[in-house]
Amino acid sequence: MKSVFVTVGTTSFDDLIATVCSPAALQVLQSRGYQKLVLQVGRGELKPALRGSPALAVEAFRFKDSLAEDLRRADLVISHAGAGSCLETLEEGKPLIVVTNEKLMDNHQLELAKQLHRDGHVLYCNCSTLVETLQSMDLSTLKPYPPGQPEKFALFLDKVVGFQ
Amino acid sequence: MQSLLPVALLLPLLLVPLALLARRRRGRRTPPLRLLVVAGSGGHTTEILRLLSCLSESYSPRHYIFADSDKMSEAKIRSFEQKRAETFSNSQFTLDRIPRSREVRQSWTSSVVTTLYSLLYSLPLTYRLKPDLILCNGPGTCVPVCISALLLGLLGIKRAIIVYVESICRVETLSLSGKILYYFSDYFIVQWPDLKEKYPKSVYLGRIV
Repeated sequence: MKSVFVTVGTTSFDDLIATVCSPAALQVLQSRGYQKLVLQVGRGELKPALRGSPALAVEAFRFKDSLAEDLRRADLVISHAGAGSCLETLEEGKPLIVVTNEKLMDNHQLELAKQLHRDGHVLYCNCSTLVETLQSMDLSTLKPYPPGQPEKFALFLDKVVGFQ
Repeated sequence: MQSLLPVALLLPLLLVPLALLARRRRGRRTPPLRLLVVAGSGGHTTEILRLLSCLSESYSPRHYIFADSDKMSEAKIRSFEQKRAETFSNSQFTLDRIPRSREVRQSWTSSVVTTLYSLLYSLPLTYRLKPDLILCNGPGTCVPVCISALLLGLLGIKRAIIVYVESICRVETLSLSGKILYYFSDYFIVQWPDLKEKYPKSVYLGRIV
């Protein structure tokens, strides 16, 4: 069952949840073959308003100790711009749409999301352009995210402390 | 009273340039190296544990310091060290807490006061631990710890190498801790090329977490 996982991390981002649950968004997701929608709502509203009977199965929860399982099961991830959420998703190798929260002021986390977008690893939009993004997205254009290399740090440290 | 506060802050900071002059001791070291790790809330601890993941057992014991209001770091650190103990039989680590030096978005003047308060705790703690190397990556907690280390170096008690790794989240701008420690650390590592250009004294190794 093709599924979409929406995550807002430890924040509250009801605009995103509402947008994803709107009839327009659900319609687009259904037309693109998704049958299940899982919402991690964080500190936001747990019961999103769903009009009529949606064509997708919808589940919602606030927090879990680890989102690894939900990420693994997802075919598409829609996330807020938190670094942890973005990197964890990319490291699972899942296609990611990052949605910025226009209501957050001085959000330095946007720097990483923007850079990941520039490097071709994620799609990037806000709530008002999400449906359009879902409509036109070509996930095959996303580039895989190579893992970081802590071994380079270890080598550097050994050198500067004089172990080598 | 208000005018005394900036003076009270400036005094220890004036000592810091002197401490910097007393640095630059090069040469080989023999293991083990006592490592002090400053952990922080959220992604900071996750990142710093990734940085530690490839270090040899020559960096031992590992002394972790984090803020008393931090609920999550202890579990992550214990889990990391437990796994490490499966590979390295003589693995040693300790955990210590100090008062949080600054909440996110806390005002400048109150941050000075809370940082000074944290310094009252970090100074005796750093003196007791006497690390050879301090590793930090951005949470406010690292500022009082690094100031403590600089003071101990100035007083000739213990000279620690300070290594600062800016978070991977910082692509174009430095965090507040980064802006301060850029001048006071021995090695300042950034993970994106834009920052290397803006801060030429930094080290760029690519993405290391």
